[in-house]
Order: sequence, then C-alpha cells, then structure tokens
Amino acid sequence: MGMEVRTTYREISGRSPQFYTLGVIMGTFFLLGLASVAYVEHAGHHVTGGSNQIVWGIPDVFAMLLIVSASGALNVAIISSVFRVKLYQPLERLSCLLAIGLLIGGLMILILDLGRSDRVIVAMLNRNFKSIFAWNFYLYTGFIAIVTVYLWTQMEPRMNRYIPAAGLFAFGWRLALTTGSGSIYGVLIAREAYNSAIMGPLFIAMSFSFGLAVYILVLLAACKGSGREIGSVLLRRLARLLGVFIVVVLYFTAVQHLTNLYAAGRGGVEHFILFDGGLYSLLFWGGQVFLGGLVPLVLLFRSSRGGLYPAGRTVALAAALVLTGAFAQLYVIIIGGQAWPLTLFPGMEVSSSFFDGEIAAYTPSLPEIGLGLGGVALAGLVVLFGTRLLRFLPTTLANSVLDPQPTAPAENS
Amino acid sequence: MSGNTNKLDAPTGFDPVRRKFLSAVTAATGVALAPGVMLYGITRPSPATANVANEAVANAARWGMLIDVGRCADGCDACVSACVEENGLEGHGRPATDAQWIRKVEIRNPSTGRRQSLPVMCQHCAEPPCVDVCPTGASFKRADGIVLVDKHRCIGCRYCMMACPYKARSFIAEDLEDQKPHAPRGKGTVEGCTLCVHRVDAGRQPACVEACGDSGGGAMLFGDLQDPQSEISRRVASHATRQIRADLGLDPGVRYQNL
Amino acid sequence: MPAGPRAMVFALVILLLPPLVRAAELNDTPPSTERASMDTGVPSPGIPRGQGEHCVADTQFMRRNHMTLLMHQRDETVRLGVRGNQYSLQECINCHVVEDAEARPVTITNPQHFCRSCHDYAAVKIDCFECHASRPQAELVAGVLEE
Repeated sequence: MGMEVRTTYREISGRSPQFYTLGVIMGTFFLLGLASVAYVEHAGHHVTGGSNQIVWGIPDVFAMLLIVSASGALNVAIISSVFRVKLYQPLERLSCLLAIGLLIGGLMILILDLGRSDRVIVAMLNRNFKSIFAWNFYLYTGFIAIVTVYLWTQMEPRMNRYIPAAGLFAFGWRLALTTGSGSIYGVLIAREAYNSAIMGPLFIAMSFSFGLAVYILVLLAACKGSGREIGSVLLRRLARLLGVFIVVVLYFTAVQHLTNLYAAGRGGVEHFILFDGGLYSLLFWGGQVFLGGLVPLVLLFRSSRGGLYPAGRTVALAAALVLTGAFAQLYVIIIGGQAWPLTLFPGMEVSSSFFDGEIAAYTPSLPEIGLGLGGVALAGLVVLFGTRLLRFLPTTLANSVLDPQPTAPAENS
Repeated sequence: MSGNTNKLDAPTGFDPVRRKFLSAVTAATGVALAPGVMLYGITRPSPATANVANEAVANAARWGMLIDVGRCADGCDACVSACVEENGLEGHGRPATDAQWIRKVEIRNPSTGRRQSLPVMCQHCAEPPCVDVCPTGASFKRADGIVLVDKHRCIGCRYCMMACPYKARSFIAEDLEDQKPHAPRGKGTVEGCTLCVHRVDAGRQPACVEACGDSGGGAMLFGDLQDPQSEISRRVASHATRQIRADLGLDPGVRYQNL
Repeated sequence: MPAGPRAMVFALVILLLPPLVRAAELNDTPPSTERASMDTGVPSPGIPRGQGEHCVADTQFMRRNHMTLLMHQRDETVRLGVRGNQYSLQECINCHVVEDAEARPVTITNPQHFCRSCHDYAAVKIDCFECHASRPQAELVAGVLEE
C-alpha cells in the first residue's frame, strides 16, 4: 500500500516584500479593470475596439483563458483524489483554491463585459435552457460551490473520507463546464471557423494543458516566495504531465483544422486562419503551435528524459510559453473566427455598407485590455489572500517527504 | 490548534460600543425608510378599472416578405432610408458600430460577372438560431412569426449576434436620447429589424415596403404567408423564389425572387 | 436620555407617524401631499399634475401600483402584441408632460420630469428611459426640441 503521506499545511506569512508587491500590483490592476468597466459602461461600447462585426473581443479571450484554466487547474486535485496518485496529494488544496480563483476572475470579466451588467439579476431569473450560455451560467457558479465543498472535504478531517466522492463529482462537473465553454462556439452554425462538435473536446484538452501550466507557475511562485522546497521528483512528474497535455492539444488542433480543410466549403476560412490571415496566421503558427506547443514540448521532455530532473526555471519557462500559446490560440479562435465574414451567398463576392464580405478589423482597446487584466488580477488576489488566510500550501514538497524510496535527484539546468 | 482565539472577547453583560452601534444602525434605517414609508402611507389602493386593449396575437398569421431582386435598382436605397427614418436609427459617424437594420448588399458572380443588389434584413426565421442561444429569452419569436428582442430582458451579451447567419443584429454602443416612441432602443442592448411590428399591429406595412412601393422599384411585398389568398402567398406559389442560405434549415420568412 | 435610546425613539416616531396620520384622516377624502408634509415634517415630493381629467386609474392606486402595471403590461405588449390605450406607455407620457420655462416638454434628464419628481424623492432609480422616449412624439416631429 505504501506509506501514508502526512502533509502539514501552513499559511504563508504575508509579511514578505514579495507578498506586498504582488498584492499592490494585482490590486492596482484590479482597480484599473473596474475603472475600465466604469468608463465603457458610461460611454458605451463604441469606445472599445469591438463592433457589429467583432462582438466579442479581448475581454472574452481573457475570460475564456481563465475559465478553461480554472477547470484544468482542478485536475491536479482530481488526479490525487479520484485517480489516487499519492504523489499529488499535498497539491490538492492549492489546486482547488486556484480553480476557484481563476473561475471568479473569468466570471467577473464575462459579467462586466455585458452590455447591461446591471441586469444580471434578470439573467438569473429568466432562463432559456436551449442556450448554452444559460447552462454555462449554472455550470460556472455551481463549479465554485462544488469546489468549495470539495475543498471542505479536504480541510475538515472528519470529512476526509468523502474526498474521492467529492472529487469525482467535481470532475464530472468540470468536464461538463469545459465542454459547455467549447460548445458556446461549437453550436454556432453561422460561424464556419468553429461550427463543429470538436470544440468541446478541444476545450477539454486545452483545459488540461492550460490549467496545469497555470498551476505549475503558481506552485513554483508560491513555494519560492515562501521559502518552501519543491522536490525534483514532483517537478519532473508535473513537467512530463504538462508535456503529455501539450501533445493532446496539438492533436485536437490538428484534427480540427484537417477536417475543416477537407470540407470544401470551409476551405476559405481555413486558408484565412492558416495562411492568409496576417496576424491570425502568425498567432496560430508562431504563437500557438511553435511557442505554445513545440518549444515547451522540447524543453520539458529534453530536460526530463531518462533519469534527468528538470530545473524549476525550465519548467516555469515551459509553463509560461504554454500560456502564451494559450492566449494566441484563444485569440485566433474567438477573434479570428469572427473576423471571417459570414457567407450569405456561397461562391459570390459581396459588399455592403454593413461590411458584408469583408474581413473585419479589430484593434484591442485599452479599456478591454484593462478589463481582461483586471480579471486576471482578481484571480491572483483570491489565491494570494487565500494562501495567506487559510492553510492551502503544504510546508514542504521535498523528495524525502513525498518519495520515501529515494531516487538520486540530479539537477539539470 | 486550528481554532482561532477570540480576539474580541467582550465581557458578559453591558457593552456600550455594541449598544451605540445598534442604536445608530436602527436610527439610520429609520431615517432611510421614512420617505418611502410616508409615500406608502399617503396612498390608498382601490381596484383597477377593466383593461380595454387589443387581443394577443395568435399564430393565425405568419408575416413574411417577398423581394423581387429583378426590380431592385443598384443605387436605390429607399428602403434603408425609410427604416432609418421610421425607427430613429440616426448614425453617429461610426460605421463599424452604428446600427443597421436593413442594408443593400451588392453581389457579383465571379464566374459570370453578373451583378445584383438586394436588401438584406432580419430574415425572421421559423427556427431562429438567435432565439436558441439567447440566455435570458430576450430574443424571441412572436406567435405570428416576427422575431424580436425584448429589450426589457436583454443583458447585452451579443450571443445572438454571433449566432445569426445573416448578420441581422446590431449592438447599441452609445447613449441615445429622443428615441422614436414606437421604436424604443437603448445603450447596451441588441436590436434588429422588427418588421415594423408597431405598424403591422396597426394593420399597416413595414416602412421599407411602403417606401419601396412609393419611391423605389416596387420590389418588396409584405403579407401573410399562411393566408393562401394573400398576394404574397399566391406569388410564392406560382413563381420560383428562394431564401438566403436555405441550406441552414432555418426557414426564413423573407424570400427572394429572381436572385 | 442617553444618545442611543434617543436615536431609537426618533426612528420610531418617523416610522409610526404616517399610519397615525392616515388613521386620523376622513375616509372619503384622499390625503393630499401637502397635508402629509405639514404633519410629519418629512419633505414631500412636488408631483406635477398630468393633463386631462384623470389618469387611467385613480391616483392612490397608481401611486401604489404603477410599477406593477408597467412590469406586466410591457410583457403583454412586447411578447403578445397587446396594444391598447389603457396602459400604453406612450399615452402615459403624452399625458404626464411637464414643460419647462420655454414651454417645451422636458426629458428625463431634467429633474422636473414627471417621473423624476417622485423617483428622485424616493431614490428609486428607473431605467425605462434608457430605451423609451421620455417626452411625447408630436413635439419631436414638429422639431421643437430641448437642446
């Protein structure tokens, strides 16, 4: 059966210069985000880069990134409690906290990007259950509640025996949530770029990869900031897991585009995204495939092949690159997909005063970027203050504690 | 070990701070409630008189349009001007975000070189994707087939704009004032062609159809697609007409002839 | 009396006076806003009189229930197409016109607007006029506009 890992969790001290700096920076960005919302709310959305052609802009890219990462960040806890991988057991609590924080950040962006955010009460009381959006509303808020309960089963010793059950429920919910998020785009018959059943599975794959990347970055930062050791064994496992997830995302991306290319009607939009789209093609190949896929893949597997153990810096760099690629991927999907004009008359050239037949232009505006970063900042604040107030972070993740059968760790830079 | 020590260990019995706080809160609540209570107190309800109003629309009719593209002249935009005038859609000099409920689309066939122009507006589909995706049910189809946005419920999420294959909807991106009373529209909500529902309910024709008949090419015909005796039904039964993107299976109420 | 209990008595007086005032009134004479203000010491809203003889329902009923009528009638109009003179918002606005010094109807941005005269007092924000025109159309068509 193996030795039980008795983990001690402790709050971070909250008195270090890094804590205050992070708090101030994230607090500033959060307030700037609120200020951006106030400005857009007052002046109207014409001050953003959005238009009647590109209706969902940078805020939605940030929000989707946060929400997809949220459900993926929960994965670490699920691997531990549902799939019973003891090595990840000390990581459970931070995983749940991060999932909640990221989702709150993403939800904040979505709600504040509405044209009438003051009508959220109306949205809660009037539901059209044919709409994926309506389902997502409950999936997102339910996620926060369920992960809170899951966290409680971990933190309350008398509830520890319910951890696997809570984890299983959270796992199912998180899969539904991510599939729902992908299906927001997948069900749109109007949009050729992503009207496809593969959007749900693609988003699931993305959530695994992006969520783990965010988790790794937060774990490394938290441990380094509070002087807690991360063992090389754990780091190597996380690195290789991230590598596997990157491959899965690349696979689903390939399937998505290859099947689209095969369908003759979709050739136009596919050529746009892949070859002729200027910024979108650059983001796809350079951002998503190269920086977000191939480079971190090489970094992670080279540094962990054989008996080698990757350095924290290498893994952090790979995770950061994955997130860069994540941003590029969502930008291409969400905004690139809207830039391609709707086809009213297949095979014809069209033009009109309403920009029919034209590829729509979009320049992100400062208020939109402000809102997006504000959501990220909120997620960061939740994690920062969570780890300060309650016991989420294990005191140590050293090899001697996690891996009782020691294998000689060799640092690889 | 995990319990928190109670830092605010107040002695049992009299706590002057707490008493002052409670009194202040009660006083503040009283002062805040006073005007509303006074207003409530000076009124006295009595039963309302009977409601004399129209009947609700039923699905006895399905409103639709037939547009003869052969009669639609290239430079003419009488329908567009009429819609702007009727619904108060004055532009703000920002074409990317200004609302357009109807627009003239110029088509050119790249293999033959043939050109045509036609008006495109909300197609008032029988199976509208905008209605399916609206999270609050603000986008809805009336019993008589007109697809509308209930702006009381619209939260401005723009999902319907993503879902519409005809790009029929616009998002209002600035403050508006002096709207036309029969066409309320406001910042932060989504809007689109209403088939001039205020006119239709009064037994008249949409503004674009009227203007096309008056000063355009007489290309637009409005009527009840479910009434076999109406002119539009007789025309679609006897002439070849088609819908835009009929392959999507949405069954739009707007049909085009000679396209 | 010490400060705390004094404040509570003050609050109780404010809360209980309107029902006491009402109980003291004659049953067949509806209370006027002016009399109420004299008795309670709470400033009253100066609600301007609408045009025409009377509203679609009597004043007391409307004061208490106009919000309910609006909320329900608007759904009937928008979703079912029920349009009628009785509770049409346009007719409300046509009657409850307030004119400024130059005899032009005011919009919702002006505190003299009929709805604002009471809603400002009660501090209840309404957003009807973000979409709906807040003054009658005839004036718009004639080109007589407030700047």
